Amino acid sequence: MTLSRFFLPRLCAFAVLFMLVGGARGDAIQDIGNLLKQGQQAQALEQVDKYLADKPKDAQGRFLKGLILTEMNKSSEAIAVFQKLTEDYPELPEPYNNLAVIYAQQKQYDKAKQALEMAIRTHPSYATAHENLGDIYARMASQAYDKALQIDSSNTSAQTKLSMIRDLMGSNVRHGQSSAVTKPATIVAALEPKMTTKPTEVKPVEARIPVTKPVEAAPVVAPTVPPVKAATAADVTKSVEAWATAWSKKDVKGYLSHYAADFKTPSGESRAKWEADRAQRIDKPGVISVSVEGMQVEAEGANKATARFRQLYRSAKLKTSSRKALVLVRQDGKWLIQQERIGN
Amino acid sequence: MLLRLLRKCAVALAIFGCSLAANVAAQPRYSDSGPEPLLARLFDQIEQNHWEPALQQADALIRAYPNFRLAYLIRGDLLLAHSKPLMAFGQGGVGVAGDKVADLRAEAIARLRAYKNKPTDGYVPRYLLQLRNDQKFAVVVDTQKSRLYLYQNDNGTPQFVADYYITQGKLGAEKTREGDQRTPIGIYHVTASLPRQKLGDFYGSGAFPISYPNDWDRRMGRNGHGIWLHGTPSDTFSRPPRASDGCVVLANQDLDAIGRTLQIGLTPVIISNSIEWLSLDDWQAERKSLLAMIEAWRQDWESRDTDRYALHYSRKFQSDSFDYNGWIEQKRKVNAGKTWIKVSAGNISMFRNPGKEEYVVVTFEQDYRSNNLANVMKKRQYWIKEDGRWKIVHEGAG
Repeated sequence: MTLSRFFLPRLCAFAVLFMLVGGARGDAIQDIGNLLKQGQQAQALEQVDKYLADKPKDAQGRFLKGLILTEMNKSSEAIAVFQKLTEDYPELPEPYNNLAVIYAQQKQYDKAKQALEMAIRTHPSYATAHENLGDIYARMASQAYDKALQIDSSNTSAQTKLSMIRDLMGSNVRHGQSSAVTKPATIVAALEPKMTTKPTEVKPVEARIPVTKPVEAAPVVAPTVPPVKAATAADVTKSVEAWATAWSKKDVKGYLSHYAADFKTPSGESRAKWEADRAQRIDKPGVISVSVEGMQVEAEGANKATARFRQLYRSAKLKTSSRKALVLVRQDGKWLIQQERIGN
Repeated sequence: MLLRLLRKCAVALAIFGCSLAANVAAQPRYSDSGPEPLLARLFDQIEQNHWEPALQQADALIRAYPNFRLAYLIRGDLLLAHSKPLMAFGQGGVGVAGDKVADLRAEAIARLRAYKNKPTDGYVPRYLLQLRNDQKFAVVVDTQKSRLYLYQNDNGTPQFVADYYITQGKLGAEKTREGDQRTPIGIYHVTASLPRQKLGDFYGSGAFPISYPNDWDRRMGRNGHGIWLHGTPSDTFSRPPRASDGCVVLANQDLDAIGRTLQIGLTPVIISNSIEWLSLDDWQAERKSLLAMIEAWRQDWESRDTDRYALHYSRKFQSDSFDYNGWIEQKRKVNAGKTWIKVSAGNISMFRNPGKEEYVVVTFEQDYRSNNLANVMKKRQYWIKEDGRWKIVHEGAG
């Protein structure tokens, strides 16, 4: 499923919860949270139900249950949980936000929009809701454009372009927060002063939970990511930068030499056709500039790594800033691109 | 804040880049029920930076006119404007389908321009000089404006009824050749009604073939066939201003509306590049001068004075079997055998050609009686102005 390529409105997972949590009760919630992080949803659900049997009104427990159900794709149950939370705690923006995310998944953008507007009404400076609202608008815009221009943004060829549009939006809405993925704690704390009532004990962590599970290890949870060997990271970064430089210089040959023989072409087209398309795109007249920032490398073993970064593309006609992920493999001492994805 | 305001103007400016100055003088009439009033209000709101009402207006348009792609595009722009400076009309779609955005922009301009320049009271298309009593309605198309105007016959005076957005040929107007993807310019009439059941979805709610090529077209060596007024496929409310192979395409609801007024074999369909409008006074003067000439021709024929009769004919005259000299000689021979002639011309219609060639097609029921022959026929004449005087350049059975 390719949904994860889009800018997913983020579920606000743990921001509020953990900082208010203390003692044994907090431990229980945290344990369940950890189960969820590890992908053990069934157990997490069992535990949370047990927990809620004791404390049926407990907001944290119910919120966590909503998250678990969302991850299990039990949307209607999750909606019910979050909906009830908004009724019982109308002053909390998070349940509204998460309700919106599920509605967005179901393409019920009007409902999603309403929920986010409620979240913002409760906390006008609530950054996540603002970002998500931006995404919802972008998706609604995209839907309208699909209809207007008889294009299908869900088909692969159009998808890259349209997700780029979403991305443009994203970069605009999220200025100042483009590195949220790498440094969530500080950013969220800074942007959400209301949330920092007890910041010293437990740091709020705004986790980015992919609504559909990506195939690879979840990029969500920092502690589970294996530490990257510094050397690997440096090599990969160098290779990606060289790739961007070749692109900027319109050095088609150099650019293509960064792709592995088994590179997965974005729409499954033949390598030759893909190369021809790329050559044509890159070789268009006019100056272009491609640069990368916020590089984050995640290794899987010694010969495979994923580089995530923000790609800044600039030509006379177009200026985009998009999240990109490259899966690279080491062959003959060279890091080569095996997969290229827009979004995260 | 200023920047914000500036960027918000972008869409409206992009559209209104062309002049949309409303017609002068008299108050225009708003009689149609198409999407233009809503569309115009929508653009007004965008111009005034009333973004939320504009979005609601776009939604209202979509509700009222399902599959109205232009409304969807504007909706996309308005949604996109929430987070990104709008620099151009259809901005979010330009990179994906720039040609389609350009088409929709052209449609927006055509619709708004026509809306702001409705036919003015007291002005009529010059071409409708005289409708026959039994011609209840007349259709006049302006290809440059992408507009079709429907007129009702009010005792010979054309009364404006409604106007509609239309699509013309991909390569514009002035058809001359089969397959040239152009819409013909000229005087035609509806020849048939093809019901929707007999047509593919592409033709929408029905089709009305018109009489291209007409006599004049054939004289000019123009060919091709199958020029229709027809509807729109079900997946869209309307098509771009230039998209057909030469047909005049209307929204289905509009085709249905004019379909109810069309009389097969009778209703004139006059297609022009750009309608010439005459004030009713000027129209009346032109009409009377031509009617007077037709009357003079009739009387001169009755007089059996062949030289006076010949003054009504152009040197370039051609009938099906005679040139000028042949025609006059023939008439001279016939007149020699007559002691009296009575001619009456009833139920006259007169339509001025909208093309570069200036002529008026006159048809009437001719009742001819004489001492040795009588017949009743439908006659068609082409009148041109030569040195300030109306003359007949072609005459034959109608």
